[in-house]
Amino acid sequence: MRYHPHTPDDVRQMLSAIGAESVEALFRSIPDRLRLRRPLDVPAAVDEIGLLAEFRRLAARNAVEHPPFVGAGAYPHHVPPAVDQLLLRGEFFTAYTPYQPEVSQGTLQALFEWQTFVAMLTGLEVANASMYDGATAMAEAALMATRLTDRNRIAVSAAVHPEYRRVLATYLASTGDEIVTVPYGQDGRTDPAALARAVDDRTAAVILGYPNFFGVVEALPEAAALARKAGALTVSVTAEAVALGLLQAPGALGADVAVGTMQSFGAGLQFGGPAAGFFALRQEHVRQMPGRVCGATVDKQGRRGFVLTLSTREQHIRRERATSNICTNAGLMALAATIHLTLLGKKGLAQLALLNFERAGLLRDAMQRAGFGLRFTGPSFNEMAFDVGDAEAVVSRLARKGIAAGAPLSRWYPDDPRMRGALLCVATELHATELIELFAASVRG
Amino acid sequence: MNFPEDLKYTREHEWCRVKGNRAIVGITDHAQDALGDIVYLELPEVGDTVKKGEAFGVVESTKAVSDLFAPLSGKVVEVNDPLADAPETINEDPYEEGWMIQVEFSDPSEVKDLLDPAAYRKFVEEEAE
Amino acid sequence: MANPTGWKPSVERGSGGGDAAETGAGGATRGLAYEEPLVFEHAASERVGVSLPAPAGGRDPAKELPAGLLRGEIEGMPSLAELDVVRHFTRLSAWNHGIDTGFYPLGSCTMKYNPKSSEALARLPGFAAAHPLLPAELCQGSLELMWLLERALSEISGFAATTVSPAAGAHGELCGVMMIRAFHVARGSPRKKVLIPDTAHGTNPASAALNGYKAVEVKSGPDGRLHPDAVRAAMDEDVAAIMITNPNTLGIFESDIGAIAEVVHAKGGLVYGDGANLNALLGVARPGDMGFDVMQFNLHKTFATPHGGGGPGSGPVAVKESLVPFLPLPLVAKEGTGFRLVTDPKERPSTIGRLHAFHGNFGMMVRAWALIRELGPDGLRRCAELAVLNANYLRARLRDAFHLPYETDSLHEVVFTDKLQKASDVSTMDVAKRLIDHGFHPPTVYFPLVVSGALMIEPTETESKETLDRFCEGMRAIAEQARADPEGLKAAPLKPVRARLDETRAARKPVLRWTPGMKVE
Repeated sequence: MRYHPHTPDDVRQMLSAIGAESVEALFRSIPDRLRLRRPLDVPAAVDEIGLLAEFRRLAARNAVEHPPFVGAGAYPHHVPPAVDQLLLRGEFFTAYTPYQPEVSQGTLQALFEWQTFVAMLTGLEVANASMYDGATAMAEAALMATRLTDRNRIAVSAAVHPEYRRVLATYLASTGDEIVTVPYGQDGRTDPAALARAVDDRTAAVILGYPNFFGVVEALPEAAALARKAGALTVSVTAEAVALGLLQAPGALGADVAVGTMQSFGAGLQFGGPAAGFFALRQEHVRQMPGRVCGATVDKQGRRGFVLTLSTREQHIRRERATSNICTNAGLMALAATIHLTLLGKKGLAQLALLNFERAGLLRDAMQRAGFGLRFTGPSFNEMAFDVGDAEAVVSRLARKGIAAGAPLSRWYPDDPRMRGALLCVATELHATELIELFAASVRG
Repeated sequence: MNFPEDLKYTREHEWCRVKGNRAIVGITDHAQDALGDIVYLELPEVGDTVKKGEAFGVVESTKAVSDLFAPLSGKVVEVNDPLADAPETINEDPYEEGWMIQVEFSDPSEVKDLLDPAAYRKFVEEEAE
Repeated sequence: MANPTGWKPSVERGSGGGDAAETGAGGATRGLAYEEPLVFEHAASERVGVSLPAPAGGRDPAKELPAGLLRGEIEGMPSLAELDVVRHFTRLSAWNHGIDTGFYPLGSCTMKYNPKSSEALARLPGFAAAHPLLPAELCQGSLELMWLLERALSEISGFAATTVSPAAGAHGELCGVMMIRAFHVARGSPRKKVLIPDTAHGTNPASAALNGYKAVEVKSGPDGRLHPDAVRAAMDEDVAAIMITNPNTLGIFESDIGAIAEVVHAKGGLVYGDGANLNALLGVARPGDMGFDVMQFNLHKTFATPHGGGGPGSGPVAVKESLVPFLPLPLVAKEGTGFRLVTDPKERPSTIGRLHAFHGNFGMMVRAWALIRELGPDGLRRCAELAVLNANYLRARLRDAFHLPYETDSLHEVVFTDKLQKASDVSTMDVAKRLIDHGFHPPTVYFPLVVSGALMIEPTETESKETLDRFCEGMRAIAEQARADPEGLKAAPLKPVRARLDETRAARKPVLRWTPGMKVE
């Protein structure tokens, strides 16, 4: 076994140093009746050649020839090979949480850069070292809002990603906090009148997608003003972070907390994970922030360096009174996003965002020419819902051609008749004009 | 370790300087030493009430966090606000500049339950064993 | 004639001065390290590091979006060409110690070798480029892999079923306690308390508290074990569960686990297993056979998915039959020869809900399944055997140099303390920092909390005897230096790019991001 370096002679010498007769004797503290006295029933070992062949066969059962036209929380983007080749530096990917800062300055400085990128993109003052994903980041934001306001009602737009909302409900099942779901209007934005009715002096947070699940850009300033007047925090949720290269930063529009995923930068799709969740907030709330955070300091000789800090908020010190139980987060994916954002830089990010906006315009035009109108009239970035008649039938039909057509919204909104024919589609820099035309034609059938 | 003679102490390592119906409260030299560099603290506001034996605030070092327990019940009449920006004062001068709150206590009989310097010193020594 | 010129190059010795020049027991030298500013501190320019199609100018944001919702280029973003970006991150990487660099005996974190082939497999386009919402017929490969992994994990741990969606160990704990709560709610009351031994990870009480439970500490005995009497004394019908790590964080097997489980079950409580230390038991014993009702895995520990500088992890949760109805969604169902994701709560009305936007950290599942496939049943068992052999070897070779607080048998890790070094005022932190100069990552320090000045060492099975010998040599040299030259020792580390960092300053005046003109002095 190539990962087990022990020769029989090593084992003999080591046992002799220990003073044990056999390896088996080292397990004498496990009572015999608790021992497993048969081999595990897992497949027999395979060598590397067999392993590669087996995994290639499995991977080949996934169809990924065309970039998918489905986003819905996970976005197909071009990740420059430089990102992955740098991630594969073993010093990065085989290190753990930087508990010993002197031998972890690489990870720590990169995390500090990540925190800065997140703060810049969201227009907020600080950010943590990452969360598991966007959904859990949103749930943690709601919990933080209840701690900060000492209130227990969360107003969440029905146009926030439905799976994010299910994760929120799962997290809040035991806390006694209440979720109020605010409906959306014809334009796909959160209904402002309904929001005004839903927010009162018991509301801890107002949560809105930015852009929302339908790809529609919410009227964040108005919602944030409403929340502020009621003493509630505004939480913006972004699953398509490329949008933040074109859209005004949520922090600049009044959001107190901005969460979501940086999956669009560096992570790829990976069947939905891993990707780095992000969590940004105002400096004044930082003591209630969940998760790890990296800070700048100096070493004994006065040189700048970085450490994990404010750790008394965390579970390993505060235990049951910690702000969260999170410890391992998504460090490597935060690094991936940091590398990708550095490569893009100021110009590249603006270019990428504009390109996405344009390609979505091409998709909209092609679909309209094919006879499919927009489900929602609100402004969008790179994702939009079309009325295609029977959305599930379209998805099945295109699947036979190996094309992932989009997400039928009735799966998440079965009770809303407006959603019956709605197919949520995305176009990014990966969708060339010809592919978009082919797609629209295929939807028409 | 310093145990000023004019103070009263608790088993939770707070000290108390009693004057009339008021008491100034802080943490002891032993407490600040055990915690290490103090980096943050949360104190009540003037007007809040505190109850003997219950937490009135939190003190944090880089590696530990500890509740602050009220030695006496009563109303908070003064808070050492500058500590928020200079928590190191507690390490440097725990008994003077590092005071935390002043309490107007409601039950003078509670003062009797506090430890005198000798008793507190003994308690600290026993705890170390 | 090998050297016709007769010229022999020589290197002047001693020019580096003192300890910084010496080679540590692990072969550490100062190496070649560069100072590197933050990406934001490179001079502003017009450079880009990517190659993208030029926008065609066909859609104008200003015509479709309100002006107030648009932004221009983001001030402060870097502008670097690709090579400068590559150098920046390559240089940063060189400031890190990873498993690929050297021995990393971080207790309870199971820093075993991360196979390179797993990285290649996770990057197969079929896996890496698969969208999570692909129609089932387009993602049978992913679904089958998840199903195979789920079955294997259930078998390895001795449980009925496993969810693979939690994204890390602590996330799995949260999931497990949620299921425990749902189980009790279904029987009338969630109950109020969770028992947690004093050796537990901090995530245990935090996970219990997030579910509204009061964490009640149970003291371990003088042998480092939890005793049934201590549990019995704390156990009543308000207790929802006990959370036990086995072997515990002292590396000691909780031999009374069977009796403890009986005590808890007798009052209607459940037994949660923190699987952080499962590596010690692979193929040797199964938590499901010991009375545990639910446990979480840490794929990044036991199954060698990369730790990544702090994640991503993956924290599948295995349960007994009684908890199966409460498993979170999605789950993978096998139907005939095909696979399908179960996502609709109508199909699973008792589910606790959902813990991840999609299906969990699939990329980590690929790597874990690859390792299980390569090891097979014998290889898995060999992991536990060699991990335990390695830990016991270190214990035997270091116990005269460092104080061993518990004589009880160790499994995969061993905890020493700084008691013998205290006389010369040398602490665990000093020992840890000096190990860095020798070329080793320090062990876990000051944990578990029940041991004062703990040094918790977990070598894992992938380290050779030679590496362990060098580590022992380093540790023994440090013990000797603690006697002979405590001041020199306290100056450590001398070799990394930074000396000891001022954590107090970082916490008192938090600087958590770059801003223009930032100075940290």
